[in-house]
Amino acid sequence: MAAKPTGIKWIDSGLTINKNNPDDRVIALAGNPNVGKSTVFNALTGMNQHTGNWPGKTVTNAQGKCSFDGTNYIMVDIPGTYSLMAHSAEEEVARDFICFGNPDAVIVVCDATCLERNMNLVLQTIEITDHVVVCINLMDEAKKKHIHIDFGSLQKDLGVPVVGVTARSGKKLGKLMETVGSLKTENFINPIRLKYTAPIEEAISIVEPAVKACLGDKLNARWAALKLIDCDESLLKSMSDYLGFNLAEEESIALKIRKARQFLKENGLSGEVLRDQIVSCLIITAEGICADAVSFESSTYNERDRKIDRILTSKWSGYPLMILLLMLIFYITITGANYPSSLLSDILFRFQDILLVFFKQIGAPEWVTGMLVMGIYRVLAWVVSVMLPPMAIFFPLFTLLEDLGYLPRIAFNLDKYFKKAHTCGKQALTMCMGFGCNACGVAGCRIIDSPRERLIAIITNSFVPCNGRFPTLIAIITMFFVGTVSAPFQSFFSTCLLTGTIILGIFMTFAISKFLSVTILKGIPSSFTLELPPYRRPQIGKVIVRSICDRTLFVLGRAVAVAAPAGLIIWLMANIHVGGISLLLRCSTFLDPFAHLLGLDGVILLAFILGFPANEIVVPIIIMAYMSTGSIMEFSSLEELKTLLLNNGWTWMTAVCTMLFSLMHWPCSTTCLTIRKETQSWKWTAVSFAVPTVTGMVICFLFASFVRLLGLI
Amino acid sequence: MNEISTLNSLSVGQTATVKKLSSTGSMRRRLQDIGLIEGTQVECLQKSPSGDPIAYLIRGAVIALRQEDSRNVMISAN
Repeated sequence: MAAKPTGIKWIDSGLTINKNNPDDRVIALAGNPNVGKSTVFNALTGMNQHTGNWPGKTVTNAQGKCSFDGTNYIMVDIPGTYSLMAHSAEEEVARDFICFGNPDAVIVVCDATCLERNMNLVLQTIEITDHVVVCINLMDEAKKKHIHIDFGSLQKDLGVPVVGVTARSGKKLGKLMETVGSLKTENFINPIRLKYTAPIEEAISIVEPAVKACLGDKLNARWAALKLIDCDESLLKSMSDYLGFNLAEEESIALKIRKARQFLKENGLSGEVLRDQIVSCLIITAEGICADAVSFESSTYNERDRKIDRILTSKWSGYPLMILLLMLIFYITITGANYPSSLLSDILFRFQDILLVFFKQIGAPEWVTGMLVMGIYRVLAWVVSVMLPPMAIFFPLFTLLEDLGYLPRIAFNLDKYFKKAHTCGKQALTMCMGFGCNACGVAGCRIIDSPRERLIAIITNSFVPCNGRFPTLIAIITMFFVGTVSAPFQSFFSTCLLTGTIILGIFMTFAISKFLSVTILKGIPSSFTLELPPYRRPQIGKVIVRSICDRTLFVLGRAVAVAAPAGLIIWLMANIHVGGISLLLRCSTFLDPFAHLLGLDGVILLAFILGFPANEIVVPIIIMAYMSTGSIMEFSSLEELKTLLLNNGWTWMTAVCTMLFSLMHWPCSTTCLTIRKETQSWKWTAVSFAVPTVTGMVICFLFASFVRLLGLI
Repeated sequence: MNEISTLNSLSVGQTATVKKLSSTGSMRRRLQDIGLIEGTQVECLQKSPSGDPIAYLIRGAVIALRQEDSRNVMISAN
């Protein structure tokens, strides 16, 4: 279809394992998407891989260390995949690691509530390696749904150890590692040997001896023989890379392959029919194993999920509930952030006074005080007080929704519009990730298989505001648009405006996706399957702690690291005079005419430019810049801040245009670098930079011109 | 009734048995990966608010498919 023209390449399939000493054992964690591999990984390694209830969070291999019974293990969390006959980038990463990464053991993590579907991957893994431990996760969920699993029967049928765990609470993980440890010494393992139909078995037996003679113990000869006969091209390419030579081109083997294919052809098995039969054998075996081992106490074990789905995705309530949920989150964020925000600014600016007194006492020169306190400290104080509270509230809330399993339902609800835009419905998932962080959203685009659709998702990701831009929007809305409304409704009104802004962002995502689909990235939508996982009760405490500690503080740290030099630059620019005029004034005067066209002013545009490394610092820079040009004033509330902005010529139009531009402008530097990494192309990075920027400028220009023409201000 | 129809024509609440996949290439394998082969039981669970895609229960998992894709799955209603 549209596979080639974009020239997207992937670099992440290679992974270097850093062993501390040669006795360290490498353990791969494989499994279907969304079975809790990352949770198992985190529980074992004490690390904080991002988790959430939707398929496709983990898109690259992550590694961590753990030790058990005196042995050190290197755990590798690989992306979820349904099968090892890969079709997409992240599935290829998973397959290549299991097949050619030489792990000492593979733990296949399964979902206890959906064992049959998971068994396909278990069987395919066992085909490749004997060192498999099956870890059945989510035993607590299975218990709740009255699903019984007969471990003895499973273990007997599969011939490899099977351990049931509840990774969320860490239950039985010790037993899992104990079993992994015993793999080396115990010989009770006698993995199931998959039986294919007679002609396929015959064909394998033609090729297998030649492969065995050539490979020795490097790879499982039976498996390699089957893949050679089946001609799984992407796998064979990885195999050649691993071996350093092309197995299919070895003369002795090539001859046998031809013979085997000829034989299969005579039996009516070639191409698609052959592959169908291979897959059917796997699935029917899986079905048989699970029929022996799994029993359901009631046939309506997931009735509750169906009920919730009928409400959340119904024709009448699907969309309204989606908007209401969004509004609820914003409402909590806005109301919740008010108080801590003013408290923080109170404390931080009181400390500024102390600092000033201190610097005076030690007799520091004025320019040192100015640079350190009025420059660096003050912009940091603004970043922390204005930006931290909304981020610290929004992010955990969003994570809760993610853990609950609502994101795939958003994708389900919105898919029709993505289809109309000729893109993949999974783009809804990456778009939602963008609310947290656009760089994460861009990396998440790997779950989209078609390179064309993936590029569109990458380019349009920054149309939804990230966590760093929300506070900017909230601050402006609070200052300019709700002042006239009486107090009890203020937060509600802000919420509506913010929701409207976000919906505009989502609408722009559709519009620009469609535009790209009919211009530079032409193509028709490709096929995909979207899994709607069972709803899971989020671990509220853990989510809050994790998202504040790992994410919010991380993002804040980055913002602070950028804000400090930015504050310094602003202060220097305001205080270095060239020809009697400060540099700041010169720069903003230079930008002014253009910014004026967009309904902004030079300072705002300059702030967006300086905010390239982190969007969080845009508002603080605007404030700094205005304060340094005019008489210094003290601010303790958004109300006084509004006065400052009004004094500098802001109108409601300036506010709207600033919001629009904040919603639609270049992605931050981290996102740009991620785009470069993901697309392996500066050209597409430039496109991703230009598309939202040009869109934002055009829209701001149109809006400002419209308002001016009508004389509304 | 044992008429052959396509998966997208199944109404909510109905179950059916898969008779044949007419999709090709990667979609065919993707469907096979999630266990959709000849003889698999499917149940139509829920249409999205706009009617497309539609969610099906396939081997214990809920999978949403677009009409274009479900049209290529031949079924006989149970």
